[in-house]
Amino acid sequence: MKSVAVIGASLAGLYAARALRAQGFDGRLVIVGEEHHRPYDRPPLSKDFLTGATADQGQLALADAEEIAELDAEWLLGTRATGLDLHGRTVLLDGGRSLATDGVVLATGATPRRLPGPAPTGTHTLRTLEDAQALRAELTRGPVRVVVIGGGFIGAEVASSCARLGHDVTVVEAAPLPLVPQLGDTMAGICSALHADHGVTLLTGTGVARLHDGGAGNRVTGVELADGRLLPAEVVVIGIGVRPNTAWLEGSGLPLDDGVCCDAGGVTPQPHIVAVGDVARVDGIRAEHWTSATEQAAVAAQNLLAGGTVATHRSLPYFWSDQYGVRIQFAGRRLPTDTPRIVEGSPDDRSFLACYERDGRTTAVLALNRPRPFMRLRRELARATQPVTT
Amino acid sequence: MIPVCHLADLPAGESVRIDTAPPIAVFHADGQLYAIDDTCTHQDASLADGWLEGCLVECPLHAASFDLRTGAPTCLPARRAVRTHPVTVEDGMIYVHHHAAEEGTAA
Repeated sequence: MKSVAVIGASLAGLYAARALRAQGFDGRLVIVGEEHHRPYDRPPLSKDFLTGATADQGQLALADAEEIAELDAEWLLGTRATGLDLHGRTVLLDGGRSLATDGVVLATGATPRRLPGPAPTGTHTLRTLEDAQALRAELTRGPVRVVVIGGGFIGAEVASSCARLGHDVTVVEAAPLPLVPQLGDTMAGICSALHADHGVTLLTGTGVARLHDGGAGNRVTGVELADGRLLPAEVVVIGIGVRPNTAWLEGSGLPLDDGVCCDAGGVTPQPHIVAVGDVARVDGIRAEHWTSATEQAAVAAQNLLAGGTVATHRSLPYFWSDQYGVRIQFAGRRLPTDTPRIVEGSPDDRSFLACYERDGRTTAVLALNRPRPFMRLRRELARATQPVTT
Repeated sequence: MIPVCHLADLPAGESVRIDTAPPIAVFHADGQLYAIDDTCTHQDASLADGWLEGCLVECPLHAASFDLRTGAPTCLPARRAVRTHPVTVEDGMIYVHHHAAEEGTAA
């Protein structure tokens, strides 16, 4: 393989590029990124970057100048991929350009879902550095009423950051309780209680009918709920999930289904094309997690260079969230029927360790502000669920 | 010179964080005492909460790993080293030597 194009210049794309080089690929490496920035870390955007604790965007960089030089890649930043010709092995780029390549790493990530209809000024989503800068600029002008639509991790982290900045915050969640798919009823209830601890209102079980704006100024004035209530707001943040960026691949012949379908090694039916990160549906599962993105990248790079699936990604799912000064960490594969049991600490103190159990066996572990025992159990769980390989 | 705790209160394999500015983590690892800046250089996490294996400590958030002897990261996602600080024991008491942190409060 003489040339590889990595499409997507964020976490997964960078880690794939690193892995290619680390595994001995010394050919032409082109990294195409739609954003104008070199790869940066997104998790701080909803937390320390939004509150101003990490105001320097340089601190978000995922690779320093030395590493960028070592990577010896051609960077096409501010460039969008528009199509893929499988057989000609060509990536089409905006502006009518094209890129011939032997191998392709698809790492185009995902885009926040939006509400139907127009988005008045003052309406935000949070995914990119520019998104965070725009939201931060509005939040530093003085106290406002913020409505966060969506009570998942991003919504909760944004609500936490807004509350810390002194704003009046309401979170609207369509489900009866947020975070249930991730944590189950009991633990979701405990985590959702963090909002009330910090004076943030959580409204559940109601969807959003529409956004109100002031008319001529076209600035948001409030959120009308499906049950008719109107929540006045100067700033609205929409955190209702993401959609994988696959539109540009439609018609390419690659199987797409809420992501690029690939096997457990990140390999598509075309062995010279692999997918990693948020855009990849790996063996039927699309995991929007930082750690999976980095781990998938190493595996997919190995398979791409091998010309077929020689390795698979089977590590234990892990994610974390920082809200209201509480670090939430979760690892494992839980089913809705698994029962959580608190093994250390207390939910009342917002500091505890819980194990999810099935037939007397631990399937997953959740911690609030208990990093050390969490780490120990996460490692045990990883060992128990993975065959030891040499 | 910042008093940390009695040596007897820091068994092998354990660590303690002292609330200097910035905070410092002291480890009893591999038969030695080590002190490094407590905060992972990748993202805000306490290395005193990390996983100790030989002379390496793994960050509890993203599994970055640091060599306690040098402070150097041994794997991604951390890229910058943490500072190391000399440690001594006098009359059974552990002390960390760090001039810039003297202003802080030792716990």
